Amino acid sequence: MQISIKVNGKEYSHDIEPRISLAQYLRETLNLTGTHIGCDTSGCGSCTVHVDGASAKACTLLAVQVDGCEIKTIEGMAHGSGMHPIQEAFKENHGLQCGFCTPGMVMTAADILKNNPNPTEEEIRHGLEGNFCRCTGYHNIVKSIQHAAEKINA
Amino acid sequence: METYIGKPVKRREDNRFLKGAGKYTDDIKLHGMTHSAFVRSPYAHAKILSVDTSAAQNAEGVVAIYTGSDDCGTFGVPCGWQVDFKDGETMREPMHPLLAKDKINHLGEAVAIVIAETLEQARDAAELVNVKYEALPAVTCPKKAMEPGAPKVHDQWEDNAAFDWCIGNDRAEVEAALTSAHHVTEMTYKNHRVAPNAIEPRSYIADYDVNADKWTLYTSTQNPHLVRLLLCAFALGIPEHKVRVVSYDVGGGFGSKIYHYTEEALLTWASKEIGRPIKWTSDRTEAFLTDAHGRDHIVHSKMGFDKDGKIVAHLTDEYCAMGAYLSTFAPAVPTYLHGTLFQGVYTTPLIHLNVVAPFTHTVAVDAYRGAGRPEATYLLERMISKAAKEMEIDPAELRYKNFIPPFNGTSEPGYQTQVALQYDSGNYHGVLKRGLEMLGYEDFRKEQAEARKNGKLLGVGLSTYIEGCGIAPSAVVGSLGARAGLYEVGHVRVQPTGKVSVFTGAHSHGQGHETVFAQFVADKLGIPMDDVDIVHGDTDQVAFGMGTYGSRSLAVGGSAIIKSVEKVLEKGAKIAAHKLEAAEEDLEYAEGKWTVKGTDKSISFGDVSLTAYVPHDYPEGVEPGLDFSSFYDPTNFTYPFGTHIAVVEVDSDTGKVTLKRFVACDDVGNVMNPMIVDGQIHGGVVQGVGQALLEEVVYDGEGQMVTGSYMDYAMPRADDFPMIETDRTTTPCPHNPLGVKGAGEAGAIGSTPAVVNAVVDALAHLGVTDIQMPVTPMRVWKAMQN
Repeated sequence: MQISIKVNGKEYSHDIEPRISLAQYLRETLNLTGTHIGCDTSGCGSCTVHVDGASAKACTLLAVQVDGCEIKTIEGMAHGSGMHPIQEAFKENHGLQCGFCTPGMVMTAADILKNNPNPTEEEIRHGLEGNFCRCTGYHNIVKSIQHAAEKINA
Repeated sequence: METYIGKPVKRREDNRFLKGAGKYTDDIKLHGMTHSAFVRSPYAHAKILSVDTSAAQNAEGVVAIYTGSDDCGTFGVPCGWQVDFKDGETMREPMHPLLAKDKINHLGEAVAIVIAETLEQARDAAELVNVKYEALPAVTCPKKAMEPGAPKVHDQWEDNAAFDWCIGNDRAEVEAALTSAHHVTEMTYKNHRVAPNAIEPRSYIADYDVNADKWTLYTSTQNPHLVRLLLCAFALGIPEHKVRVVSYDVGGGFGSKIYHYTEEALLTWASKEIGRPIKWTSDRTEAFLTDAHGRDHIVHSKMGFDKDGKIVAHLTDEYCAMGAYLSTFAPAVPTYLHGTLFQGVYTTPLIHLNVVAPFTHTVAVDAYRGAGRPEATYLLERMISKAAKEMEIDPAELRYKNFIPPFNGTSEPGYQTQVALQYDSGNYHGVLKRGLEMLGYEDFRKEQAEARKNGKLLGVGLSTYIEGCGIAPSAVVGSLGARAGLYEVGHVRVQPTGKVSVFTGAHSHGQGHETVFAQFVADKLGIPMDDVDIVHGDTDQVAFGMGTYGSRSLAVGGSAIIKSVEKVLEKGAKIAAHKLEAAEEDLEYAEGKWTVKGTDKSISFGDVSLTAYVPHDYPEGVEPGLDFSSFYDPTNFTYPFGTHIAVVEVDSDTGKVTLKRFVACDDVGNVMNPMIVDGQIHGGVVQGVGQALLEEVVYDGEGQMVTGSYMDYAMPRADDFPMIETDRTTTPCPHNPLGVKGAGEAGAIGSTPAVVNAVVDALAHLGVTDIQMPVTPMRVWKAMQN
C-alpha cells in the first residue's frame, strides 16, 4: 500500500506491506533506528513516538494507519549537535544507563510535560506507567522530568 | 588542574543515547544481509517424530532452512564451570545442541532456523515448517525433579541430578549444635524464578567473508572475548584468530547476556553455509522462553541461637534448578557464588549448606543480577528477622549482637569465614547504624504503633548484606571449578600527541565505563578527561577480556588499566630524565609533567609522548613508543556490604503492599563517580523489590510458561516506587589500587529481604510469620485471613 507521512518535518512516500508496523517502517525504511523495539506488544514503551503531537507506541501501530499523519521521533527532538531541554535534563540527572528505553522515555516525558507543564512526582510516575526501564529504577528519570519542567517553564 | 575521581562527572555516552544514535546490534544493516526466524517447540518435553521443511523451502524469499539433522556445530554449546558430585562422580553435562534433533527438553527449544530475504518472509516460512511431536510428561520444579519416577530430562542418567554439593562444617556437628540450641528458627520457602528482562532483546548478526575466510559476529553480549573463545574452541571448532566479535551498545544485560547462546553459534555456522550475513533478533516472548532465568531455589533452613541471641549454627538444604542444559555459569551460581556467602555479616561458628542441582524441563537458570548472593542474603536476612520476632528481640539489636566486628584488612587481618572465603574489609555496624539514622528507626516504631491503633498496617524490614564481587582471583575460581581464568586486560596506548586510547576487556552495557574509566585515567596521568578515549566491545581492537558481570569492571578491569598507566609513567620517566638530563629518582610526576625536584625544570606528558614516537634524542636501550597492555589477576574477591531498609503499608482490605520508603546505605569501597554509583543502587533496588513484590516466571505442570509476555509478567513500573534514599559509608578495598569494591549488584542483593521483612512486620500482630514471594495482594490477603 502507498503511504505518505511526514516524519521529523520531512515528507515521505512509500509503497509498503500493510502488515509493517510504524516502528519497523521507521527503523527499516527510514533508517531512524532511535525508535527501539523491546516487546512488540505495547508493553515496554521503548518505541514511543509522537503521532500528530500525541505519544503513541509505534510497535503496535501499522504504518498504514498513520498515512497522512505527522510523526516525531527521538531524532526529531533537537537539531544538529544540540539537545532538547528534556534530553539535557536526562543527561544532567543521570536519567539513563544502557540507553535502550531512553528514546521512548524522552518522547513520553515530552508528552507528559506538554499536557501538564508542572506535574507532581506522582503525576510523572503515573505518566511513565507505560514505559519500562530496567536500569535506573526510575528514580533519576523522575528527577530528570522534574528538572526538565523547571527548565522549560523558566 | 581539574581532577575527576569522586566527582559526579556527567556521562559522555549519553550524547548518543539521548539522540537515538546508540548503535545496538539490531540497528546494524549489512550489505546482502538476510533475516532469520526460529521454529521453536510448543512442548516442554517431547520426542521429535519428523520435521518437514518442504513447504517452507518453496516459500517466497527463503534462502535456507537448517534443522537438527544438519551438521551444524557438532559439539554444542559448552558450560564454563564444573561442579562434581560430593561422592566424586563427574558433573553430568549433557550436549546442548544448536538445534534439537530427536528430543525437546524445554519449551521454546529451537528445532529449525529459517533464513530469508526479509524478516517477514522468514517468519512466514517458519510457520510452514511441519514438526510432528510426541508430547511427554515434564517436570519444572527442582524438588519434584528429584522424586522417584520424575520425568527424566536426560535419559542417559539414572536421575535428574546434574550434581550435588556441600560446603561448610561437618553436617553432624552442625546438627548437634542445633539440637542443643536455646532457640531454633526454621523456614521452608521458594526463592522463585525470575526473568532478567533487559529491555533490549538479544540480537545477533553473523557475517562470513569468503575472500578473507573470516567471520564477524555482532552480538548483544556482556562478554565478547569469552563468546569468541566458547564459539571457536568449543561450539564450532573454528580458528579463533579468524573470528571478530563485536558488541557495540548493549541495552542492559543483568547477567542474561553473559552467556554464549546457541543462536550465536548457529548464525555463525550458517553464514558460511549461505555466504551471506544473517540477522536474528529475539522478540519478547522468545526472550522469556530462551534467555537464561535467575534464582529458582527451594530452601529448607534451620538457624540455632543461644540464650543471648548469638547464632550457634546454621543448616540449609536446597534444590536449585539448572534447567534443561547447563548454561555458561549455571553450576557456579547455587554453589560458589551462593554457599560461600552463607557466613553473611555474622560470626556464626557452624555452617553447613547442601545443594542438589537437578535438570528441569525449563530454560536454563544462570546468573541474574547478584547471582547466588541475593539468594543467600534473602535466606540469612529473613531468618534473622524471623528469629528476632520469635525471640522478641528487636531485629536491629539481634543483628548488632551477631555482626563480625569492624576490620580494615590492612592493619587488621581479613575475616576468615567458615565457608572458604576471607573477607577483605568491613564495617557492618557502621552501615546498619547509618541506615537506622536515615530512617529514624525509633520514631518509626512509635508511628507504627500509633498507626496500628487506627487499623493502618505499617511495617519496617531490615537487611544487612555482604556480597563477593570482582570475580577472579583466577587461582581461587580455578580451584572452585571455573574452566577459565578470570583476570582482566587493560591496554593504554599513548598517541604521539599525548592523547590516550584505553582498551578494556570489560564491557559497558549501561554502567558508564566510557566516563568512569576516563575519569581515573585522566587523574592518574594528570591530563584532561577529553584527552582519554575508552574502547571496548571489539575483539579485534581489545587484546583480550573477560567481560562485565559480578560487579567486576572497575575492581578488576580498572586495576588492569591502572597497571598499564603505571607502566606508561615508568617508561615516560626514563624519557623525561633523558630529556631533562637528570636522574630518574630526582623526578616527580604531577599535573601532567615530570619536574626535577626542587627546580622549575620540567617536561610535559605531551612532549614525552612525542619524544617516544619521534625518538631522535632518546635514552639508550629504551624502545620507542608508549603503549602498554596489562593482565590483572586480583589476590582476592572484593566484599561490598550495606544495609537496606523498607517501609511498607499493607491495605487491610485488599492485601496490596505499597512501598512507602526505601533507605539504602551501601559501602562499595572508594567511589569514582557517586552519580553513577547511586544510579546502580537505584536500579538494583528496583529489581530486587520487583522480585519481592511483583515478578515471577511461572511454568504450569506441563512446562508451559504462563508468564511469557509483559501482559503476564509483572515488571516494576515507575508508579510502584517512592524516591530511593541513598547514602554510603566508605571502607576501601585493601587489595586493589583504586580501593573499589563494586556497586552493580548491591541493590538487587540487599533489597528483596528488606521488603518481605517489612510486609511480615506489618502483619506480625496478626500472627503472620512468613509469606511466599512475590508478595502479591492475594498472598497477603490469604495470610491475613489465616
